[in-house]
Amino acid sequence: MKGAIVAFCCQHSAYPAADLAGKLGLHYPEAVRIVRVPCAGRVDVIHILRAFEKGASAVLVMGCEDGACHHITGNIRAGERVKHCQMLLKEIGLEGRSAVMVNLSPNAPHKFVAATEETTKATSQSPGRQDDNR
Amino acid sequence: MIIAERKSLEEIRQELAPYKRVLVAGCATCVAVCWAGGEKEVGILASELRLARDAEGNEIVTSEATVERQCEKEMIEELSEQVAQVDAVLSLACGAGVQTMAERFEDKPVLPAVNTTFIGMPETEGLWVEMCGACGDCLLDRTGGVCPMVRCAKGLLNGPCGGTRKGGKCEIDPDKDCGWVLIYRRLEKQGRLDLMREYYSPKNYRAVKRPGRVQAARA
Repeated sequence: MKGAIVAFCCQHSAYPAADLAGKLGLHYPEAVRIVRVPCAGRVDVIHILRAFEKGASAVLVMGCEDGACHHITGNIRAGERVKHCQMLLKEIGLEGRSAVMVNLSPNAPHKFVAATEETTKATSQSPGRQDDNR
Repeated sequence: MIIAERKSLEEIRQELAPYKRVLVAGCATCVAVCWAGGEKEVGILASELRLARDAEGNEIVTSEATVERQCEKEMIEELSEQVAQVDAVLSLACGAGVQTMAERFEDKPVLPAVNTTFIGMPETEGLWVEMCGACGDCLLDRTGGVCPMVRCAKGLLNGPCGGTRKGGKCEIDPDKDCGWVLIYRRLEKQGRLDLMREYYSPKNYRAVKRPGRVQAARA
């Protein structure tokens, strides 16, 4: 789990997008660990913090596009929680680790790949990276 | 209900600096409703503490528990085994809960993780406002159910000050309603505006002698 990028993927959007990326043979970073969730709104602050406790260097919460959530406001709630988490990480002094919200549709495998690659790049360049690999 | 706000992580960490094994104890009543000290907040705070201590290489062992009400001796009894195994207890309950815990578990330091702020109600999601000052001399029957002591920024008992803003807002804080405008409008709706002419003598602050004690009328 050390250095992993945990991606909580909504089963209505990000998960099919990741699946499609696989079917198309697109490559995404090996460090990405996908956790399928019924809705991005299911992901709570504690889930994100526990991922960091277990050694994750970044957490992605990936949900539906604005206005497309199957549970109406799950993606909005997830976005608020990610913002709250970013504030907590700053308070803890772990600015090197990042929590990121990504909104995408199920037919957007390239966006899924781009988001994971971008996060991997940002994480490897962050000053906290050395700590993350302890 | 009692409203509380969580202390900053830095302050909590200072309190816990000498201790390694800590029980993070929540309360599932008032402070859970105001998002300060319920089961969820216990989990988040414990996780934050572990991450912070881990980052500085100073390990902390946390255990977590949430009881229905920390201000009742019977309800905190279930924590006795867990308390025996730790160096200190970090309580997310209100001041009454912290003190009940401290009295029951006298040999352990019980440290507060929240600041108990007031008695209030939720106005919108995530916003709580003060409603009662617990003065022990209630006059809500004559003020249309609006407390002038708490909802007027100056705690005026006899009508508004001269600074009420247009739209019935307070001169001290334009985001807050003038308590006396609220009282006037409520009494107007009830056809009891004559009560506005009533004079209230200075409040009897000795109605509640500290520490307060209330004996039920029947056992």
